[in-house]
Amino acid sequence: MRLFILLLTVCFVSVSAYAGEARPNSENPIIEARMLALSKELRCVVCQNESLAGSQAALANDLRQEIRDMMGAGMSDHQIVDFFVERYGDFVLYNPPLKPLNYVLWFGPAVLLVLGFVAVFFTIRKRRLADATVLSSEDHRRAQELLGDGERKK
Amino acid sequence: MKLKSLLPLGIFVVLVVFLAIGLTLDPRKLPSTFIDKPAPDFTLSQLLDESKTISPKDLKGKVYLLNVWASWCVACRQEHPLLMELAKSGTIPIYGLNYKDVPQPDDPPGQATRFNAKRFITAFGNPYTISAYDEDGRVGIDYGVYGAPETFLIDKDGIIRHKHIGPLTGEALINEILPLAKKLEG
Repeated sequence: MRLFILLLTVCFVSVSAYAGEARPNSENPIIEARMLALSKELRCVVCQNESLAGSQAALANDLRQEIRDMMGAGMSDHQIVDFFVERYGDFVLYNPPLKPLNYVLWFGPAVLLVLGFVAVFFTIRKRRLADATVLSSEDHRRAQELLGDGERKK
Repeated sequence: MKLKSLLPLGIFVVLVVFLAIGLTLDPRKLPSTFIDKPAPDFTLSQLLDESKTISPKDLKGKVYLLNVWASWCVACRQEHPLLMELAKSGTIPIYGLNYKDVPQPDDPPGQATRFNAKRFITAFGNPYTISAYDEDGRVGIDYGVYGAPETFLIDKDGIIRHKHIGPLTGEALINEILPLAKKLEG
């Protein structure tokens, strides 16, 4: 039993040591959490459909380290985002800022939706009007003729 | 009525035009945000002489090209002959930023850090007046480098005036970079 406990202890000790070695970059869990949250908002510029958080590209790795260092130096998230925008443009932001250049991006879909509704509205109204077309007396006469009134008259 | 029946065709044409423009854009070419801003400062050791350093401050008063390269970068090899030719012509000094050129996973263990870069220079020639050695890529990040090769045109006041992403082409040199350099030279 004593041997078992000893073995168990050794197991746990080695596991925790291993965990310590495997995460050399995350000395500070608060910075690590902040870095992860922030890097989800940023595009990896090498593999452009991945976020910086999810990318395994070498540059993404470097940039994550850069973010850690900047956070360690006391920079705010806002300052770090500015650092990225300065270098790579608004393109790196998955949440692009609302400014005139990006208006089409932000409002385009809504405008198209509204235009769609307008088109549907007018189409439906036109159909209703067409259905409700009043027949003239001449039309009634012709209709009756075609429907068999004329037969009886024969 | 006739006009209305043409509407779907009109929408289709507009779509085609937009998609055609989209096809010609390269999403890998990010808009250059650094144009007309000061080149970030750094002090790095020189690739070929570790005891000496190089900094953009030393280059004030010169119009020069800063070419980001690495021996592992295939496209750098592609543009190298052009750089050699340009260096030989003496039109404009070319400074290098040797970017993260460290031993690669398949290199023999214990290989010297700068071995690959030096071998590249020995094998293909050295177009650079001086190459800075950016081992960990920090300076590269500061310059917004996201893929070598990239080439910056920097003026006498240390302001970035042009950035070329990807391998240099004779066309880009003759049509854009050299005329601009000449203008900056004044």
